Amino acid sequence: MDNQIIKVKRLHKQFGNQKVLQGVDFSVNKGDVISIIGPSGCGKSTLLRCINLLEMPDAGEIIFDGKYLYKNERYFLKRDIREYKVGTPEYNELYNKIAKIRHEEHQIDKVVSKSLNEIRCHIGMVFQQFNLFPHLTVLENLTIAPVSLKKIKKTDAEERALELLKKVGLEEYANKYPSVLSGGQKQRVAIVRALAMKPDVMLFDEPTSALDPEMVGEVLAVMSDLAKSGMTMIVVTHEMEFAKSVSNRVVFMADGKILEDGMPEEIFSKPKSARLQDFLSKVL
Amino acid sequence: MNRETIEIFIDKFIRQEGYLLTLQGLKNTIIISILGLIIGFLIGVIITTVKLIPSNKGWKKGINIICEVYVTIIRGTPLLVQLLLFHFAIFPLMGINISYLAEAVIIYGINSSAYMAEALRGGINSVDKGQMEAGRALGFSFVQTMIKIVLPQAIKNILPTLGNEFIALIKETSVANLIAVTDLTRSLTAIAESTYDYFIPYIMLALIYLGLVMIITALIKLCERRMANNG
Repeated sequence: MDNQIIKVKRLHKQFGNQKVLQGVDFSVNKGDVISIIGPSGCGKSTLLRCINLLEMPDAGEIIFDGKYLYKNERYFLKRDIREYKVGTPEYNELYNKIAKIRHEEHQIDKVVSKSLNEIRCHIGMVFQQFNLFPHLTVLENLTIAPVSLKKIKKTDAEERALELLKKVGLEEYANKYPSVLSGGQKQRVAIVRALAMKPDVMLFDEPTSALDPEMVGEVLAVMSDLAKSGMTMIVVTHEMEFAKSVSNRVVFMADGKILEDGMPEEIFSKPKSARLQDFLSKVL
Repeated sequence: MNRETIEIFIDKFIRQEGYLLTLQGLKNTIIISILGLIIGFLIGVIITTVKLIPSNKGWKKGINIICEVYVTIIRGTPLLVQLLLFHFAIFPLMGINISYLAEAVIIYGINSSAYMAEALRGGINSVDKGQMEAGRALGFSFVQTMIKIVLPQAIKNILPTLGNEFIALIKETSVANLIAVTDLTRSLTAIAESTYDYFIPYIMLALIYLGLVMIITALIKLCERRMANNG
């Protein structure tokens, strides 16, 4: 249990009328490399974006490193209470429960809204569209957050940034602007930008989907190295080869739910649900 | 145009020190447009911030509506009318008693703030949404991300618009003399009226405005080129 770094319970999220997440239960241990696969629009990215609260869920729980990041149980109770008539004992019981829970959950909201930026420093994120800062050099992209948020001395941050750039083979681009980089190079910079904050977990939101095919390999290589170094990673991906060979767990999502969750061998060679069989026959 | 008119002008302009009046007018024109631009930018930033800060509280909606009405009124009435309105109605009503120049600075500032707000909002919206997300995901607060990441890119995008606004402001100061400010136009009109010769002073007036605008255009181009170099 104490090895667990992220726990997600009954997570719900709706955009307008579209139910994107419909009760997702999911947990991550330290050192896990988890690939989330599934058809597009199934809620993979939304789940990932909920973990660092870039997207606010509607209901459920998220626990990060033993602390509540998000808790909303009253949503379910409010849904249940509609089943009963006003004044019945069941109604009163639920009503009291909601009143009690509301106070507790508002307290959590308050604490989290104060510490959210601090918490996000521990959760690195890599986006499909890289999202490098175009008005800063590669080196500045890597140092801006450590220097202003972690109060690390500029020279120390630069030293570490150069070390990281060297690891991904881009140290000669340190003083160039992102506009001169290729897609693959941009994504490698984006990965080390997140790493510069020394996060406990790394989230990857389809990191290779916006890349030309010949550049996918270089980014996956960096991610594999990162996985070998023991980083906890959650990767939303369409790269089945990566899911199979690098990750130690694969999660299959469809229609806003997790349908299967297991070792890569189980998922790929012995798919249980028809949805997964159908999905695998299309992508492999 | 004969020799005589030129001599009369030179006599008035140099020997009777008419150039001092012109310089004072030029100074006032520049003060009004630069301070107006700065005030306009600051109010514009405030309006844009109010519109952009994410919040769903009721009181915020109220402030939002006030900003909306403010921009609509300022953009929907001529500057000339605003000058008259503030000078003869609003300032006396509020009991504000300041120099005409200060009045002009405030009115031009208010006038340009509405346009600035629109330009700034457009500039911020033109920055990719992913930039805000990337900043927040790294652990920056909304305001930090705005200042360090979004605004520098937004300002680069709206620099041409800001330049146009500055040029428009300079040209619009030519009606400031309606509230008794000695601007450039007023100073040369005074020279013309005293000699009954309008030809040379007004040509000179046009040339000075043209010169000012050309200098500013060159400066903006320089700025743009500087910024274009980085990324």
